[in-house]
Amino acid sequence: MSAAPKTPKKPARPLVLLNARIVDPAGNHDERGGILVLDEKIAAIGPEVTRDNAPTEAEVIDCGGNVLAPGLVDMRVQLREPGDEHQETIDTGSLAASAGGVTSMVCLPNTNPIIDDVAGVEYIARRARETKRAKIYCYGALTQGLEGKDLVEMGLLAECGALGFTDALQAVADVMVMRRALTYARNFDLLIVQHPEEPRLAAGGAMNNGELATRLGLPGIPACAEVMMIERDLHLVRMSGARYHVAHVSTAAAVEAIRRAKQEGLRVTCDTAPPYFSLNENEIGDYRTFARLSPPLRGESDRRAIAAAIAEGVIDCIASDHAPHDVESKRVPFVQAAAGIVGLETLLPVSLELYHKGSVSLLHLLKCLTSRPAEILGLPQGRIAKGAPADLVLIDLDRPHRVDVAGFRSKSKNSPYDGRPVQGMVLRTFVDGRQVFGQQVFAQQGRN
Amino acid sequence: MSAEPRTPTAFFPHKHLLGIEGLSPAEIERLLDLANHYADLPKDDTTARALLRGRTVMNVFFEASTRTQTSFELAAKRLGADVTNMSVSTSSIKKGETLLDTAMTLNAMRPDVMVVRHGDSGAVNLLSQKVDGAVINAGDGRHEHPTQALLDALTIRRRLGRLQGLLVAICGDILHSRVARSNIHLLTKMGVRVRVIAPTTLLSSGIERMGVEVFTDMRKGLKDVDIVMMLRLQLERMQGAYVPSIREYFHFFGLDYDKLSLAKPNALIMHPGPMNRGVEIDSEVADDINRSVIREQVEMGVAVRMACLDALTRNLRGGN
Repeated sequence: MSAAPKTPKKPARPLVLLNARIVDPAGNHDERGGILVLDEKIAAIGPEVTRDNAPTEAEVIDCGGNVLAPGLVDMRVQLREPGDEHQETIDTGSLAASAGGVTSMVCLPNTNPIIDDVAGVEYIARRARETKRAKIYCYGALTQGLEGKDLVEMGLLAECGALGFTDALQAVADVMVMRRALTYARNFDLLIVQHPEEPRLAAGGAMNNGELATRLGLPGIPACAEVMMIERDLHLVRMSGARYHVAHVSTAAAVEAIRRAKQEGLRVTCDTAPPYFSLNENEIGDYRTFARLSPPLRGESDRRAIAAAIAEGVIDCIASDHAPHDVESKRVPFVQAAAGIVGLETLLPVSLELYHKGSVSLLHLLKCLTSRPAEILGLPQGRIAKGAPADLVLIDLDRPHRVDVAGFRSKSKNSPYDGRPVQGMVLRTFVDGRQVFGQQVFAQQGRN
Repeated sequence: MSAEPRTPTAFFPHKHLLGIEGLSPAEIERLLDLANHYADLPKDDTTARALLRGRTVMNVFFEASTRTQTSFELAAKRLGADVTNMSVSTSSIKKGETLLDTAMTLNAMRPDVMVVRHGDSGAVNLLSQKVDGAVINAGDGRHEHPTQALLDALTIRRRLGRLQGLLVAICGDILHSRVARSNIHLLTKMGVRVRVIAPTTLLSSGIERMGVEVFTDMRKGLKDVDIVMMLRLQLERMQGAYVPSIREYFHFFGLDYDKLSLAKPNALIMHPGPMNRGVEIDSEVADDINRSVIREQVEMGVAVRMACLDALTRNLRGGN
C-alpha cells in the first residue's frame, strides 16, 4: 500500500493560514485560529498560530474568517482515462475536483482498458503524480474484465495502491462469485464496494418505476431492486466477516437494511450522492436525459429518507458519483441516454443545502465529505491534525451563487443543477500545502 | 429557418401535436369538429385540395408502419400537399445521434410538417426541439399516439352522438400501449368513464392515478360498458414472458360473444389494428357488422389526420 499517489517534491515554502474558522470533523473541533504548514504537513493549529510567530519565509494568507476544513475525500468518481478522454481526463477531472474543494478522489475501474491488473493501478498512480492537483486513487475491478466471473489479483492490486474492489456500475450478479469475493477479501481485510441493484429486475429500465414512468411510457426499475441486492449481500457479509460498502444508496428500504446490519455489528458502510437527497424523479419532466441516473432518481419519500439517513448517520459518506458524458450520450431518446451526471463541482454546494436547511450540523456534513470516507478507505488525510497531510479547503459558507455549467472545469457538462441557486463557495483549495485552486472572486461577482 | 412566422393560432395554440396530455377539452373538441367536417367531404373537394398546395409534409417513420403511414399520406394528399415518405431502418438508428442528425438533415429540406414515429418514448418530443416546422407524433414508444385517440373519439362520437357520460373499457396490453395512454388522456378529459382490463403482468404501475378503474377480470370489467376497445398483443409477449400462452390469454382476456354479452346490448367494438384474430379477439366478433366499428376507425383516421394537418398549418396561411 506504499505506492499511493504523491505530489512531486517542490521547495517546500511554509504556509500560514490566519483568521480562519477551523472546522475539523475528525477531532470534533470548530474554532477560530490559524494553521501552520511545514513540509506538506500540518505543523500547528489554533489561536497560537499568528502573523507574529510565522516563519519569515512563509506565505501568509488571511482567511477572512471563512471556514477552513479538510479537503473533501470523494470516494466515487469516473475520470474516463484511459479510454474515453473526449469525456474527461485525469487532468480535467482533477481541475474540476480542485475547483470543487475535492483533494482526494477514488476512480472506478470501468475504464478502457479496465483496471483489473497491476499495470492499470500503476497507470492511474503515475498519471495522478503527473497531474499535481487532487490526489487520485482507484478501485480495482472485483472480477476480471468486470465480467462477474473470475476474481482479480486482489492482494497484488491492493499492494500497488487499489483502495478497494468493485465491478463499478454493475452488481456482481452471481451469488457464488460474490461469496468468494467477500471471503477472499477478508484474507487481506480489503474493502468491497457494491453497486446495489438486482440486474435482472432492473433490466431494460430507464427510470424509477411508478406513475411517472407509466405516464412517460418509460420502462421502470422497481425501488426494491436496490434492497434485494443489499440483503442478499448482507447474508454473505455475515458469513464472511468482510468489509462491505454500499454505493449510492437511494431508497428508504436500503437505508433500513443497512441500519439493521450496522446494529447487528456487520462491517457495513455506505454512501449516497447529492442527486438522491436533492432531486426526485419529477426532475425528468419532459424526458430530460440529464436526470437519467443509475440508480434512478426516486420518489419524494425516498429522497426524504436519504436526507434523514445522512443526518442520522446511517449513511456514512457523500460522494459525487461523478460521471462525465459527452453531448452525444445525452442528446438521444431517454431510454438510449447514458446514465450519470458530472458531480465534482456541485458536490459541496448541493450538500451544503442540508446544512443551510438545518437538517445537519456543519461538522456532521463535513464528516460525511472528509474524515469518514478517508477512514473507510484507510487514508491519513481528511482531518486537521498535527502531522496530517495539509489537504485543506477554504469555504465561504454563505455566499449565494448559481450553478453555471459553462464555467465547469470538467470536460463534460451533463449536470441537472445548471442554474440552481446554491449557497457556499470554495475559495481556495490546498493539496499538501500547495494551493491548487483559488477563486477569482471579482470575475465571479461580475458574472453573477 | 422557415420564412414564415411560426406563431400558433387561437384555433390550435400549439406548434406541434406531440400528445393528448397537453391539450384542453376545447381544443380536442375543435379538432374533432374539424375532422368530422373532413369525414363528410368528398375525396375530390377542390377547396380542400387547395389548402396545402405547395406545402411539404414529410412522413418520417423510424418504426415500420404501413397503415398509419398510408393514412397520413392520403390525408396530406387530399389537402393538396407534397408528400414524401421516409422509412429509416432500425439498424441505422441504433445510435441516437442519427436521430437528431436525421432530423436536422430533413429540416434543411424545409418541410412544413413532419409526421414522426419512433420506437422510443419521448423521441418525437426530442426531435421536435430541433426542427422549424410542425411535428405530429405518429406514435412514440409506449408514450402517446394522439391521432389514434382522436380517430377513436371521432368514431365513437359519430356512432353514439357524444362522448360525455359514456363508459369505455380498454382491454389488453396496457403496459406497452401508447394507444391506451393517449385514449386514457383523451377520454378522461372529455368526461368519459374509463376502465382498463388486463392481466396483472400487462398493467402499468400507478395507472389508476391516470383516472381509470382497473380490472383484472374481463367479465367484471366489461359489465355495462358502452364501448370495448381491444388492444393488440405483440406476438413476442405471448409465449411465456408476460402471459403463459395464447390459449390461456384468449380464454381469460380474448373478446368473444360470451364475454361481450356482459357489456351493454349494443356496445361497440373497437381495435386500433392490426388484429390478432383468435388471440385478443374472436374472428366472428371482429367481423360483426352491427357491433364492430374497426373499419370505420380506419376511415376516420384519414379525416382526423387531415384535421391535424389543417390545424397545425393555419399559421402558415394567415387564417384562423
